[in-house]
Amino acid sequence: MIRYLARRLVSLALTLLIASVIIFLALEVVPGDPASVMLGVNAQPETVQALREELGLNVSKPMRYFNWVSGMLVGDFGTSYTYRTPISEMIADRMVISFPLALYALLLSTLIAFPAGIIAATKRGSLSDLSIMGMTQLGVAIPNFWFAMILVIIFAINLQWFSAGGFPGWEAGAFAGIKALTLPAIALALPQASILARVMRSSLLDTLGEDFIRTARAKGLSARQALWRHALRNAMIPVLTIIGLQFSFLLAGAIIIENIFFLPGLGRLIFQAITQRDLIVVESVVMLLVFAVVAVTFLVDIAYAVVDPRLRHRLQ
Amino acid sequence: MIQFLRNRRNLIIGALLCLVFIAAAIVSFFWTPYDVTTLDIANKLKKPALPYLFGTDHFGRDIFSMIMVGARTSIAVALVAVTIGMVVGVPLGLFAAANRGALFDELIMRGNDLIFAFPALLIAIMITAVFGPGALNAIIAIGIFNIPVFARLTRAAALSLWERDYILSARVAGKSRLRISAEHILPNLLNLLIVQGTIQFSLGVLAEAGLSYVGLGAQPPTPSWGRMLAESQTMFSFAPHLAIFPGLAIVLTVLGLNLFGDGLRDYFDPKLRHNRRSEAAVPLDELALLDSEKGRSIK
Repeated sequence: MIRYLARRLVSLALTLLIASVIIFLALEVVPGDPASVMLGVNAQPETVQALREELGLNVSKPMRYFNWVSGMLVGDFGTSYTYRTPISEMIADRMVISFPLALYALLLSTLIAFPAGIIAATKRGSLSDLSIMGMTQLGVAIPNFWFAMILVIIFAINLQWFSAGGFPGWEAGAFAGIKALTLPAIALALPQASILARVMRSSLLDTLGEDFIRTARAKGLSARQALWRHALRNAMIPVLTIIGLQFSFLLAGAIIIENIFFLPGLGRLIFQAITQRDLIVVESVVMLLVFAVVAVTFLVDIAYAVVDPRLRHRLQ
Repeated sequence: MIQFLRNRRNLIIGALLCLVFIAAAIVSFFWTPYDVTTLDIANKLKKPALPYLFGTDHFGRDIFSMIMVGARTSIAVALVAVTIGMVVGVPLGLFAAANRGALFDELIMRGNDLIFAFPALLIAIMITAVFGPGALNAIIAIGIFNIPVFARLTRAAALSLWERDYILSARVAGKSRLRISAEHILPNLLNLLIVQGTIQFSLGVLAEAGLSYVGLGAQPPTPSWGRMLAESQTMFSFAPHLAIFPGLAIVLTVLGLNLFGDGLRDYFDPKLRHNRRSEAAVPLDELALLDSEKGRSIK
């Protein structure tokens, strides 16, 4: 177990290292010196030079890479070129929206997908299975930004239950905040729920066909008992993998949805940073998101090994 | 019996939907009801009614004609992106499987993991922002994320084929690993690749719509479904038809491709229809599913 953990940690660190090099190199090829871009064409050379020094652009590229990475290791993500504020603060500001939004969407998605997947698997071929599967086909085919627009037309413009966008801030109270995040979360949750329901169904069907379920039934358990005591737990592995992936995806992937609803989240931050050529913000936020994906995958893998004795045994 | 009909129904409905959009794209080269580049302000924002089947936009352009021309963009971008993924990914996967456990294999697999670790949409946006928005850069951005999907699928499926007796016979007969990969492994993977190709195709259509929606896909005057949605956004409170029809076009195309892919899978591999675990070391169906879920994140 320790050896497995160590090996996984080394590969995690390596992935992050390579990712950081790629991100750094990719953005180095962008033409234009940020300092001269910021000051405009009429700037004095001395002013440009002074700004370059202030931004840490006057050192060699390897040195800049080193400064960037070593800074991130102690939580210093650098300073935004455009806003002149520490990036860690900007990220923290945006996280208070993106993180709850991702959690909210994931919660909705799980609440829909679990019952739907279980019903579809246990009543395979029935009308409810067919309609659930039909709905999930539709769910994965609908672009979430279009679904968001439809939601706005129905619930914000016609029914006026929700506002069409914006975020009042958590100071306005938890209820107001959650209300503002509801439409975006629904828009995000729909495709995720459809995928999750399909994975749940196919995984559960596989498990229900296993010998140990037949054994459980043979020793007298009802279908329902066999499902709850044996099948569900064994069917959870692929489901958990997808949930893990979806969470890290939702953190970053809300970019279009955040734009539609004017939510000042992480996705919007990075989108603005790209259009403003605020490359240091782009580099640091992308790195953070890559870290989130890798870390979540790692944690899910470790969780399996802890929960499932068979996996633990195989690893030794 | 119901099961049987249902599976065929997927294939047939999917194929029909795909055909409608492919036909629309092809016909649009020769004929559209109205010209999509001429502005006709006198007829702006007409509600859906004849002679404008889906209505007109704020410039008086016919939505129906624009959707026909937009189908071209969607299909072209997604098709080329899938081709990039296959042309690069499949040989990588074959090669990795033929040299299982070698350094090269390890490198390819870790490289795949690396690409999967990047949030796909963000990178696509970054690529198009850095190299300029446009259909070509959108294709590259989407294509890159198709590579690991095909590499991984090919490798996993090829690995299980390498265990088969007829491969052993081929090796005993003195064929090189390269030749076996090309002559025996690849032909046996074609079904799987076609199915996955269809799924990636549908994801490509969604991704193109998303990129165009944020203004990074095909540029004006080329009509594109995603951009039509973006342009409708300021007007949909009083002209919802501007948002509804392009959106429906995307949904129906993606739905058609997915149904077609599912139908093909069942057609190629009736075993899966009864949902038994396949004999392969890796349950291929599940693997393809997992990978396409990851690929999906580009949306």
